[in-house]
Amino acid sequence: MTPRPTSHRDEALNATKLRVAERRQSLLVLALTLPAIIAVFLVIVIPVGWLFSLSFLDSNGELSLVNYEKMIAYKSYLRVFKTTFNVSFLTTFLCIVIGYPLAYFLSQIPRKYVGLFMLTVLLPFWTSLLVRTYAWLVMLQRNGLINNFAIDLGIWDAPVKLAHNLNGTLIGMVHIMLPFLVLPLYAAMRRIDRHALQAAANLGATPVQAFWQIFVPLSLPGVVAGSLIVFVLCLGFYVTPAVLGGGKVILVSMQITAILEDQFNWGAASALGVVLLVSTFAVLLVASRFLKLDSVMFGRR
Amino acid sequence: MTFKLLKQASQKTFLGAIGAAALSVVAMGTVQADPVTVVSWGGSYGKAQDAALFTDASKNSGIEINRESGASMSKVMLQVESGAVTWDLVVSGSGGCAAAAAKGALEKIDFNVVDVSNFLPNTYTDYCIGSDVFATVFAWNTEKYGEPGSAGAPNSWADFWDVKKFPGTRAIRLNNVDGVLEPAVMAMGIPPEKVYEFLSSEGGIEKAIAKIRELKPHISVYWKSGAMQAQLMKDKEVDMITGWNGRFDNAKKDGATVGYTFNQALRDYDGFGIPKGAPNKDMAMKFLAEVSKPQYQANLPFHITYGPTNKVAYEVTTAPKELLEALPSHPNNVSKMLAVDLDWYANYREKALELYMELLSE
Repeated sequence: MTPRPTSHRDEALNATKLRVAERRQSLLVLALTLPAIIAVFLVIVIPVGWLFSLSFLDSNGELSLVNYEKMIAYKSYLRVFKTTFNVSFLTTFLCIVIGYPLAYFLSQIPRKYVGLFMLTVLLPFWTSLLVRTYAWLVMLQRNGLINNFAIDLGIWDAPVKLAHNLNGTLIGMVHIMLPFLVLPLYAAMRRIDRHALQAAANLGATPVQAFWQIFVPLSLPGVVAGSLIVFVLCLGFYVTPAVLGGGKVILVSMQITAILEDQFNWGAASALGVVLLVSTFAVLLVASRFLKLDSVMFGRR
Repeated sequence: MTFKLLKQASQKTFLGAIGAAALSVVAMGTVQADPVTVVSWGGSYGKAQDAALFTDASKNSGIEINRESGASMSKVMLQVESGAVTWDLVVSGSGGCAAAAAKGALEKIDFNVVDVSNFLPNTYTDYCIGSDVFATVFAWNTEKYGEPGSAGAPNSWADFWDVKKFPGTRAIRLNNVDGVLEPAVMAMGIPPEKVYEFLSSEGGIEKAIAKIRELKPHISVYWKSGAMQAQLMKDKEVDMITGWNGRFDNAKKDGATVGYTFNQALRDYDGFGIPKGAPNKDMAMKFLAEVSKPQYQANLPFHITYGPTNKVAYEVTTAPKELLEALPSHPNNVSKMLAVDLDWYANYREKALELYMELLSE
């Protein structure tokens, strides 16, 4: 029994039917996602739009660019943006340096022990941000635990400045951001086919060569996903830099708070928010040019 | 059966609850007003006001109050702008109060209700009624620089700036320029009575900012609140700090080795404002009149070393002489201090703040 040969006409009909079915299905999916879209519109699009419009109003509620002009006229705004991006880059970099070996370790040990070691990542993750930040302050300050211990043990003579500066900010931020890097990275590493490494060994690669040439490139999507999450979260981070920076590390979020609380200027604060949002998008755009963000973020191959 | 019974019962209680609610609404409308929402700050300041002013004033006047913390004039402005005012009486520093009033966010005070005839000069405006006189001082770790008044202890803003004579770390205010520039001007050797003249002159603010820039390498922390001032001194995190005198006295009570001087300090006052469109505006005004009476203000020094704004309070108070002499409003101390000039702030705050923020971000 041979299959009946299909004519071109049949094929065309079939294609039309398929297309109709596909369209119906996508409409159905759209209908199902509608509540979510409406929710996103209500909670995100409208407030951001409102923020956007506020930033173009002066103190008398009239349309003007005064809030943006001020950001150019005073150098402090540019510096604050620079600091924000610097701190975010540094935090992301340190997270990779610390998080990569940790995720590698987790991905190599037998699965039954992963839970135990994962707790070391997750337990702090579940603890209040504020509690962790103040705990760091207690440890790092001039007469804090670390300085007192080190001086008592003779490691250093005078208190080292660990808190109320960039050091403290980075220590706190890296600690808080680490899980956001380790978790996606661990997932990506677990997905790597071990046979690829074995094949490399079979072809004469040393373990070091196999690691650098096979494992690392395959784990890169995880690194990119994790570091993007960390970087974007850092850009808007407030609590930890505000407490551990001691006023010496001023990020955009802190500048916004200052403008709201001490100048009552909603327009200027909104303008800062808009610029931060736009520059975040810009970073993502640039990143997507160089890295295949689609495959990383949405699982497309 | 049981289900039906339950349902009936729940219907009954539900109806009952509605009835009670309706009745209470009627009752509130006719007999008794809502409690007045009084908002102050946290920490030792709010506690002191509760103990000295609010509890007794509420009891004696029969005005029920609802106490909240986290007072801020920017929140008042947000409430007024969005038309959702829930606060009736809000504590504020004189500068914040004046700024809110300038933006039209406060009700005008009815001086037929609130009696200010015995108030100290410059402790009230048409929109703000002072509740206490405080001072912005510089305080230091007494283990390091000695007890106040002893030989060799710091005694002027020039000493605060002198890191050769007093080596160590410093802390000043973050994000807010109130009380920041005057010390720098006095440290340059300008006498207190000429400070605002200097700051109003061409390039005056810039010179003050430059003076702070000089000290910047030695500033190890910037403080954001009174609670933080106290904590920094308790932890010995910094050696010398600017701040509000009452917070340091309370830190000392908690065991901190901290002392300060009123010499060249900035005299200022905290007060109350009523947000525009406050739900219980009239009752709030009456409550404000009550807490401004000398018999309550007289108790304040027992809880925080801030001086009453009502002169009669000094006559009726049972506070001992030493306590009265420690108040920023005591004549002996007033003569050493510089009164904060709100007019200067009204004219120059915006510019000064931008320049100060500029300095902070450097």
